[in-house]
Amino acid sequence: MAEPSYPDDLLYNAEHDWARVEGAEATFGITWYAQEQLGEIVFWDGAEVGAAVTMGANYTELESVKAVSEVIAPLSGTVLAVNDTVLQDPAKVNESPYEDGWLVRVTLTAPDEVARLLSPAAYRELIG
Amino acid sequence: MVDFAGWEMPVQYVGLRAEHDAVRDAAGLFDVSHMGQVETVGPDALAFLQRVLSNDVAKVAVGGAQYSVLCREDGGVLDDLFTYRLAADRYLTVTNAANHLKDLGWMREQAAGFEVELTDRLDDYAMLALQGPRARELAAPLAVEPLPARMTALDTEFAGAPALVCGTGYTGEDGLELLVAPADATAVWDSLLAAGAVPAGLGARDTLRLEACFHLYGNELSEERDPITAGLGWCCKEETGFIGAERAAAVREAGAAEKLVAFTLAEGIARAGNPVLGGGVVTSGSMSPSLGVGVGMAFVPAACGGPGTPIEIDVRGRIRAGEIVSKPLYRPEER
Repeated sequence: MAEPSYPDDLLYNAEHDWARVEGAEATFGITWYAQEQLGEIVFWDGAEVGAAVTMGANYTELESVKAVSEVIAPLSGTVLAVNDTVLQDPAKVNESPYEDGWLVRVTLTAPDEVARLLSPAAYRELIG
Repeated sequence: MVDFAGWEMPVQYVGLRAEHDAVRDAAGLFDVSHMGQVETVGPDALAFLQRVLSNDVAKVAVGGAQYSVLCREDGGVLDDLFTYRLAADRYLTVTNAANHLKDLGWMREQAAGFEVELTDRLDDYAMLALQGPRARELAAPLAVEPLPARMTALDTEFAGAPALVCGTGYTGEDGLELLVAPADATAVWDSLLAAGAVPAGLGARDTLRLEACFHLYGNELSEERDPITAGLGWCCKEETGFIGAERAAAVREAGAAEKLVAFTLAEGIARAGNPVLGGGVVTSGSMSPSLGVGVGMAFVPAACGGPGTPIEIDVRGRIRAGEIVSKPLYRPEER
C-alpha cells in the first residue's frame, strides 16, 4: 500500500502497533509507518496459539532482508489465532497492514488496558 | 540514510530487493565514496607493497589490479584491499572506510627504509560502482576509449571527467568502478542514471556480496583470524615474504582449526553472531533475494564436512536446519 493510512476504527501504541478491539477479543498488527520503516518483510515465524502476550512486551518478530524487528503487543491477551496468510506470504504486511496483513487474534486478559492506547488522532500526531 | 564510519550513506533508494535485482538483471549504481585510497609512489613502490600486501604484487602489470590482505606479523588481518598499478612506480590501494586511517598508519610505520612516498588520497577521489550484466553496455557511450577488461584499470576520461576506470566490483557481476574527483562525481552519477543505471544502496551491496561469498571486513575478516583460516589462502603468497607470511605458512602447514563455509537454510534467516551447533559462528546472514531462502557464511571446525553436510544454527533460541553449500552461493551464469 503506497499511501500512509491510519484507520479510525483502530487503536495504537507508540511502538507502531495497532489493535482492533471487538468485545473480549482483539486483532493485532503493525502500522503503515512500521512496515514502511522495516521495508519488505520476508519472513515471519508466527506465534503459538495459546501463548500469553503482555501489553508493551515483544510477542513476535518480523524480518526484513537485513534486519529483525521485535513486535510489541498493544494489549495483554491469549493468542487465539495466527494469520496463516502472512506465514505463507510475509509481504502481505507491507501490502495490506490493516486487513490481510494482521498478525494475531487474542482473547483479552486485561480489557481495561484499552484505555491506555492511543487514538488514531494521537498516533497520527506522534508520527508527525 | 545511516552513519557508516562517519559517512552518511543510503541503505536503500527505492527498495533493497529492487536494487539487488537491478544489479543481477541489468545495472545498478553505487556511491562507494567512503572507500579510502592510499597512493604509493617511488623507486621502492613495488618492493614496499610486496612487503605489506599478501599477494604477489610483482605479478601486476601497469594497468592491472589485484586483491590482497594487509596483515600484522601474527597474521591478524588489518584490511582487505584492491591495488591498482597506475605506472611502473605508482600504485593506488583502495581501503575500507572504517580501516583507512589504521591502514595508512600501519603502512607508514612499515615504510621506513623504503624509498617510497605514501599519500592519503581519500579526499581526492569519489568512487562509483556500476555493476551488472548491462553495466558495460550502459557505460560504453560515455567512454572515450574501450572500457578496461576485468581486473584492469584505465586512466582516461569518462562522462566528460578525468577518471580511473576499473574493471572490478563487489557484487559477483561484471561491472566497473570509477574513481573521479569529488567535484565531478555528481555529473558522472547523473550521466550513468540517464543511461539507465538504477541507484543502489548499502543494503543491496551487502546482499549481493554475500551471495557472491565475498568477505566483508568486520564480518569474515578481522585482526583475530589469519587469512588462511579466513579462507583467503588464494591471495597469500608466502614466498614474497610479506608481513604475516610466517604465520600464514605455519597455518597452511599445520592446517587451520576452522574454515569459512557458505550455507542455506530450509526455513528462517540466520544473522551474524548466531552460534552454529557443534561449534562455530555465523559471520554474515540474510535472506538471499536471488535464491529466496536464508543464506550466510560461518566459521565452523575444520573437521566439519563439505557441501551437502547438514548444519544447525541457533537463531535466537530456535534451531534452524540447513546445509553447507559450495561457494559462491549465487553464480551469474545460473540465471
